[in-house]
Amino acid sequence: MRLALSDEDQAFREEMRTFFTTEVDEDTRRAVIEGRELTKEQIVESMRTLNRAGLAVPHWPEEWGGRGWSELKRHIWHEEMQAAGVPIPLAFNASMIGPVIAQFGSQEQKERFLPKTANLDIWWSQGFSEPDAGSDLAGLRTSAVRDGDDWVVNGQKTWTTLGQYGDWIFTLVRTDPEVKKQAGISMLLIDMTTPGVEVRPIELIDGGHEVNEVWFTDVRVPGENLVGEVNSGWTQAKFLLGNERVGVAPVGATKRILARAKKLGAETLAEDPLLRARVAELENELLALELTALRVAAHSAGGEPHPASSVLKLKGTELQQAVSELVVDLGGPATLASGEGDDTLDWYRRSTPIYLNLRKASIYGGSNEVQRQIISRNILGL
Amino acid sequence: MDFTYDDEQIALREAARGLVGKAYSDYEQRRRTVGDDPGFDEALWGQLAEMGLLGLPFPEDDGGAGAGPIETAIVCQELGRVLAPEPYLSAVVLAGGLVAAVGTAEQRKALLEPLAAGESLLAFAHDEPGRRWSASAHDVTADAEGRLTGVKDGVLHGARADVLIVSAALPDGGTGLFVVDGDALAGLERTGYRLPDGGRAARVVFDATAATPLGEAGADVTEAICEALDLTQVMAANEALGMMQTQLRATTEYLKSRKQFGVTLNTFQALTFRAADMYTSLELTQSLVDWATMVAAEGDAAALHEAAARVGLQVSRAGRHIGQEAIQLHGGIGMTAEYSVGMYTAHLTVLDHLLGDAGHHLRTLDATLDEHDLLDPLARAAGD
Repeated sequence: MRLALSDEDQAFREEMRTFFTTEVDEDTRRAVIEGRELTKEQIVESMRTLNRAGLAVPHWPEEWGGRGWSELKRHIWHEEMQAAGVPIPLAFNASMIGPVIAQFGSQEQKERFLPKTANLDIWWSQGFSEPDAGSDLAGLRTSAVRDGDDWVVNGQKTWTTLGQYGDWIFTLVRTDPEVKKQAGISMLLIDMTTPGVEVRPIELIDGGHEVNEVWFTDVRVPGENLVGEVNSGWTQAKFLLGNERVGVAPVGATKRILARAKKLGAETLAEDPLLRARVAELENELLALELTALRVAAHSAGGEPHPASSVLKLKGTELQQAVSELVVDLGGPATLASGEGDDTLDWYRRSTPIYLNLRKASIYGGSNEVQRQIISRNILGL
Repeated sequence: MDFTYDDEQIALREAARGLVGKAYSDYEQRRRTVGDDPGFDEALWGQLAEMGLLGLPFPEDDGGAGAGPIETAIVCQELGRVLAPEPYLSAVVLAGGLVAAVGTAEQRKALLEPLAAGESLLAFAHDEPGRRWSASAHDVTADAEGRLTGVKDGVLHGARADVLIVSAALPDGGTGLFVVDGDALAGLERTGYRLPDGGRAARVVFDATAATPLGEAGADVTEAICEALDLTQVMAANEALGMMQTQLRATTEYLKSRKQFGVTLNTFQALTFRAADMYTSLELTQSLVDWATMVAAEGDAAALHEAAARVGLQVSRAGRHIGQEAIQLHGGIGMTAEYSVGMYTAHLTVLDHLLGDAGHHLRTLDATLDEHDLLDPLARAAGD
């Protein structure tokens, strides 16, 4: 047992910190730190900066831009990025479809898509959930029917985050309605400029437009855009969702927000022992979470995730939500004020929408109830 | 950053598990043991000595094995797993730790060798009636001749102990430590009683009791006491970790085997989700316990003080969560003395109030809240 990082990992950490705090656009990082919405250009430029330095997709196969890092190095990379306010590489590209194409795609698909996916030349959207297929994803109904070499797609996807920016969408579609529901699903890559694709915004409780419905009406998709075999989509979906859980605990960002709350709320905290106690308690819980993430990272060698990885999504999102709730309480009446003319007041004004927005965290990525199901079934054997 | 044991540490764990795990493999054995005085198994205590575990943390020159906090923690976890009532935490980690830290060379030899050999039991008489957790003594005082007067209470195994290590307010200020022979005939009155977890404690009344200063006479050793209490907190957390692991295992086994309404209880999601939350608490606690143990092994007193508060807070919360849920998910059987799971909760509750509960630790952390922007467990200590 040893507390300190090895010299190599320590040097790596400093290298990451230096890069993120000096090479990534400062306005973008400030927007992240202040909790403001990023423009599409900021997200794209930031990912390209990372990609130029080989830091956008380090977990991909080395042939396609991966770095062959240890899990611990990936953890450090991910944490330092969040601490510095660098936007995490677009998850749909870097964490979701990229690894799926690298694992299951044809050589042509890899060459066609992977470099552009890593560089955010293609903005991917996710077409998984449907109005009647949320946690029960396998119940999806959007259909794809063979017509010559093409597929013709009809149906509706929903909760498509930032779909308004999407160039392409990776979808799960039903290609065989006659078999067990998991066995009749395929993965199709669809160009969102194809006739019949329509993106409709959904307004959320935070007042923002983050997610969309995506409708498909007789959309023709070339056969070459199928990933893997016909009716093998559930395998790819499970692979993708398994990756999604890893690194889904936003420890570094939550710590950064709590630190900012302490700084901007210092006067209030000095006078309110009950709020201070909540800060102290949250810091401790975040420490336990971070140490658990480190335990998982340091001992996940050989591809098998450490059993404790399942708690990271569950507790990570709970703490993310708890910190957002604390910020609203720290602001108190200031959350109702105009926020004019002062960074702190402006931050408090945005805190309620952020708190409301983050209710999503325990719903997406496998809802926290799904995580409890995984723990009780797969780990505890219940 | 490495959370794994090396081969020697694994061998130590297996040896300790082989001995205490076997001795208390049947919970009924623990019940019988705590049913009679002194509340632990003297023969097993001798076997722990033979295995070298009672001298584990002490320097070799003082009759110990010269091992560190990580090894001591391994033993505490194994004792916790089977709810062993042996006074390892109070006699070896705390009282022995104070002797090792403060005693002169002769005192260390005279007190620690017999402790390590299982021939002499030490107890730390520190808590005073009506006062909450503190590293200082207030109401038991030492006079200029080194005689002690006042009352200590909640002294773990204080009636059975052969030697008492006593904290007392010094005439010139500060807190000193004193050695009192448990068999002292004059001015010492010990009244033993049972704790809710079947453990033993004593109220000890001093009345101008003759005592020998531990270490340099008249020296204020508050800091050494604080450090020993902090290390004991970390070791208590290790013991609690072993206990909570057993409670979760017992609970999941019960959910899989107990039938109601014609089906096993694990059919009910209302129950399995609660077990999942227990698992989450346990994993987070294990991370913090391992971390605090590694901090203790680094040997920096200020870092240990903070780590003790952090792990104490986490274990207090998790111990109540897991301890309460273990009983609830078992139902009525969890309430009975003949079944183990409720007694684990009793011991968790005792441990929670031995050195400071969640509120106490939060106050410690609150005092230093403004000294950092955020916590960084990967930051290197100065000098690394």
